[in-house]
Amino acid sequence: MKAAWILLALCGALSVQAQDMGKLTATGGVSQVEGAGGGGLVPWALITGYGTRDSWGANAHATLVRTQDYALDSAGVALGLADRVEISLARQEFRGSRAPLDQLRIRQDIAGVKLRVAGDAVYGQDEALPQIAVGVMVKRNRGVDGLGALGVGKVTQLGARSENGVDYYVAATRIDLARSLLWNATLRATKANQLGLLGFGGDQGGGYRAQLELSGAYLVHRRLVAGAEYRMKPANLGVDPEQDAWDVFVAWFPSKRWSLTAAYVSLGQITVFNPTRQRGLYLSAQAGF
Amino acid sequence: MRIPALALAALLALPAAAADSLFEGLGGKAGIGRIVETFVPLIQNDPRISESFKDTDIKNLSLRLKQQFCELAGGPCKYGGKDMTTIHDGLNITTAQFNALAEDLQDAMDRNGVPASVQNKLLAKLAPMQRQIVTK
Repeated sequence: MKAAWILLALCGALSVQAQDMGKLTATGGVSQVEGAGGGGLVPWALITGYGTRDSWGANAHATLVRTQDYALDSAGVALGLADRVEISLARQEFRGSRAPLDQLRIRQDIAGVKLRVAGDAVYGQDEALPQIAVGVMVKRNRGVDGLGALGVGKVTQLGARSENGVDYYVAATRIDLARSLLWNATLRATKANQLGLLGFGGDQGGGYRAQLELSGAYLVHRRLVAGAEYRMKPANLGVDPEQDAWDVFVAWFPSKRWSLTAAYVSLGQITVFNPTRQRGLYLSAQAGF
Repeated sequence: MRIPALALAALLALPAAAADSLFEGLGGKAGIGRIVETFVPLIQNDPRISESFKDTDIKNLSLRLKQQFCELAGGPCKYGGKDMTTIHDGLNITTAQFNALAEDLQDAMDRNGVPASVQNKLLAKLAPMQRQIVTK
């Protein structure tokens, strides 16, 4: 991941202006499954990390999802600049765990940029306007392993129109302290099949689709947040009757250096050859600095 | 998708059950007094912000904080100090320092057994003051 080294070098260059770790605990969210600051499945308008508008913050994350028949791992790094701009890099690896797909392995790289454009989720308690951010996720599918017997090495051979895609989103997040609630609504334009793990576009559709993603959470106390998320996904592929995803999560912030998120997640059905709705455990750890 | 719908509904129902007044939640005047008496030494000993308070009249600070929290909480008090912009003028307070103070207040409320949902109600009243207090 050359880009990861560039990001780390950027952190080094910035370290002349030391990180202040000055934001309030949990107000950078956690690392969602595509590497952006957010919940588990949904990118939020919050800027990742604990740097205030005078500083910066960075973090690394590792996430694993285990359903009945599949595994999805994600690892990445992210940088928040001046509580205004977020840059994230993540690599996902999707694997089959049940024959005949137990050798299946698909990897994807995702680079994300997010810009806060209006509102302030923390200090705007007296305003109706939520914090609003716009973002892009540039995704590159790195190919399919384990289906060599079928002569398949690329997602385009499974019906996707492209191995690369760009998601565009606008997110609105409100932290309603008076009610100890957080809510988020994200509208995403995407062509991605299963986040892009099965490529972009397909025989059932090739254009951008608008997808709604919602999160609601209760601030149990300042180190514990519990909530649920719902994420619409398009269904572009004949071999993949893609369904919406949802999760119910608990995120624990023992300090600003660490967070741990555990969730029960449903990714829906993944291929026509296996009608099981894929559900299981989601675990994510984030280290901040 | 019944499960997330139910979960969301449950989340939204939670705060309605705790609609008691903030003033009562903080333990009235006596409770606010105890919180401030815990809070002020935390500020004075917090290396992130203690410098800003080294020339402060601590007795007066305690009095004004009690008045301010009481009034903000809807209690029968009147804050008699200067406005937030004037009092912090020229101190070059940063957002990180503002938040450090908020964290000390959370610690003070924790130590006095104030539930998180009540703490957040007070923080909701204080958070918008960031725009007047933070000038750097």
